[in-house]
Amino acid sequence: MTGIVGAIVEAWDELRIHKLRVLLALIGVACAVTAITSVTAVIAMLKQATQEQNDKQSGRQVTLMVSAYPMDQSAATPTTWDDAFTNLLDRYSITYASRDEWIQAPVRLPDGKRSVQVRTVDVDLGTIDRIVPAEGRWFAEVDESAYAPTLVVNKAFLTALGLPDLSTHPTVEVGDQAPVTASIIGVLNDDWPGADPAVMVLYDQYHRWIGDDGSGIRSGGAAPAAGTAAANMAMQVPTVYLWVPADQVHALKRQIAQDMQAATPGWQVDVQGNNHGDGGLGRATTYAGIGIGGLALLLGGLGLVNIALVTVRYRIREIGIRRSFGATSGRVFFGVLLESVVATFVAGLVGVTLAVAIIKNIPVDTLFGGGIQDMPPFPVSAAVIGMLCATAVGALAGVIPASVAVRVKVIDAIRY
Amino acid sequence: MSLLELTDVTRSVRLPDDRMLHILRGVTVSVGAGEHVAVVGRSGTGKSTLLNILGLLDAPTTGEYLLEGVPIGRLSNGTRTRRRGRDFGFVFQQFNLLPGRTALENVTAPLLYARGKQFWNRTRLAQQMLERVGLGDRVDTMPDKLSGGEQQRVAIARALVRGPRVILADEPTGALDVETGGAVMDLLDEIASQTGAALVTITHDLAVAARAERQYRLADGVLVPIQLDAQTDWVGDVPTLVADRSGATERRLLEPGPRLPENGLLA
Repeated sequence: MTGIVGAIVEAWDELRIHKLRVLLALIGVACAVTAITSVTAVIAMLKQATQEQNDKQSGRQVTLMVSAYPMDQSAATPTTWDDAFTNLLDRYSITYASRDEWIQAPVRLPDGKRSVQVRTVDVDLGTIDRIVPAEGRWFAEVDESAYAPTLVVNKAFLTALGLPDLSTHPTVEVGDQAPVTASIIGVLNDDWPGADPAVMVLYDQYHRWIGDDGSGIRSGGAAPAAGTAAANMAMQVPTVYLWVPADQVHALKRQIAQDMQAATPGWQVDVQGNNHGDGGLGRATTYAGIGIGGLALLLGGLGLVNIALVTVRYRIREIGIRRSFGATSGRVFFGVLLESVVATFVAGLVGVTLAVAIIKNIPVDTLFGGGIQDMPPFPVSAAVIGMLCATAVGALAGVIPASVAVRVKVIDAIRY
Repeated sequence: MSLLELTDVTRSVRLPDDRMLHILRGVTVSVGAGEHVAVVGRSGTGKSTLLNILGLLDAPTTGEYLLEGVPIGRLSNGTRTRRRGRDFGFVFQQFNLLPGRTALENVTAPLLYARGKQFWNRTRLAQQMLERVGLGDRVDTMPDKLSGGEQQRVAIARALVRGPRVILADEPTGALDVETGGAVMDLLDEIASQTGAALVTITHDLAVAARAERQYRLADGVLVPIQLDAQTDWVGDVPTLVADRSGATERRLLEPGPRLPENGLLA
């Protein structure tokens, strides 16, 4: 116990006394650790940003997309698709799932009635696609049972309404013959500049209040004439998104395809996952980052070895004197090694702190082209890697001077 | 039983041209607890080698060295090193204080290799020892701000702080003027006798050697007992001593020559 404490005290004293030398030796290591930690952190954030971007486009990993198409014109519109969807969730205990249907529906805007793109979805799509409204809120379970449809619109829609924001709690009439008044509860950013007005509404709400064809028939409107475009639009079923565990994707894909096929005779059911891998780019970035950090650390370590070797030469007499005090060769070796390790550990702390300060003070998320929803805290792994690298470099850089120190001949050293 | 006992010890090294250099030849000497023994001899006669062997910094080529009756050959390297730290205190001619450390830190340094209470109370023990050598008010002073005498006193405090059984002093007054050297030797003698530690002094200075209870001369690796009279003259088989400061003493020390003048102590 006293041996270990003594060695640490000795190493610390050595560092304290040779502050300038230590500082010079460690600037390189601290910079290297800052580099490797920052790069690791940025890579982690980049991965997160990329992941979130992917999630927004194709759902979280792994989201299965179930879609169905009529095999020929005579195929009847399935009536049990929604029931099959509900059964699916129960059977496979799927927590997050959403239907997704793209429809054109008439909406009354200040410049008159316009056909607007309507997406009917379930509440869980917000989680699956990481949807974060720019203003207001996303749908909640309570909206399912509301007595009027609620809408989440894009900014273009709000602009078309002539409104700057949701402060007036706006409503809008949706439907043709028997329009329904719907409240706007959230606003999303436009998908691209100059996007057309678009609306999202809960699937069940839409079909309860407005109707499959967007006529508002369920609330008293008339059905569209057979053979019209509106009638043909009914020849579709909503795509179903299911967020499932990655390790069960293969089995679930097959079973779900069978189950849904049974509910849609004459239709072709496709089940696709979005687990296409993160591609070579992600791996390449990681390797490049590790390479750069490793190189920086190597250079820092070489500087450290260099200065440590010179220092040991300078300290030969002192080492001899310590041997006369009863310092064993193990203790001398450990002492010199520990000095290096303690020094690089401190340099590592400084480097990691610098890296945290840098990462926290530059708008990393905006650099990645948009806000990161789950902005990862400074990755612990990056800090740990930085500290481990620093300590390992210290140990490696300490072995050489420590071996030299042990070989010092006590008698010669004292007379040095 | 003697504290240290060398019997027929030799120490030889092989030179680069493959010849053997015999530094010590059949040295036999014993040192008891609390004894003060001095070894005189000119440079290159093997004094420091003898001291290094006594202090477990070096090992005999042949012969036996008993440390409290135990042959040191039986002790492992680690044990020898630990016993060196525990049982021996070294005082060097050039003080060998650790640079960049205060007087207190220098005296604390050996206690970093101690165990138990000595380790945990190291600062207090070092402080007490510095007070004992009269440097209680200079604890935070760096060695380069201390005079030669003060530096040697710090070195003595450092040699004694672990309470060694033996103090090995290699030319302890070699870098000091006569007066300061005398004061340092007074201190060394006093503390050694107070703590009961044996004191082995190696010196060129016959006045310093004369303080010891027993004196030896080392010439060509052979250790011969001599007798010095500290007050006036010295006699024995070392034939001469001069009183000048020209350095002639060292040259003549081992050569036959006229007897000393009556006042003949070395400066």
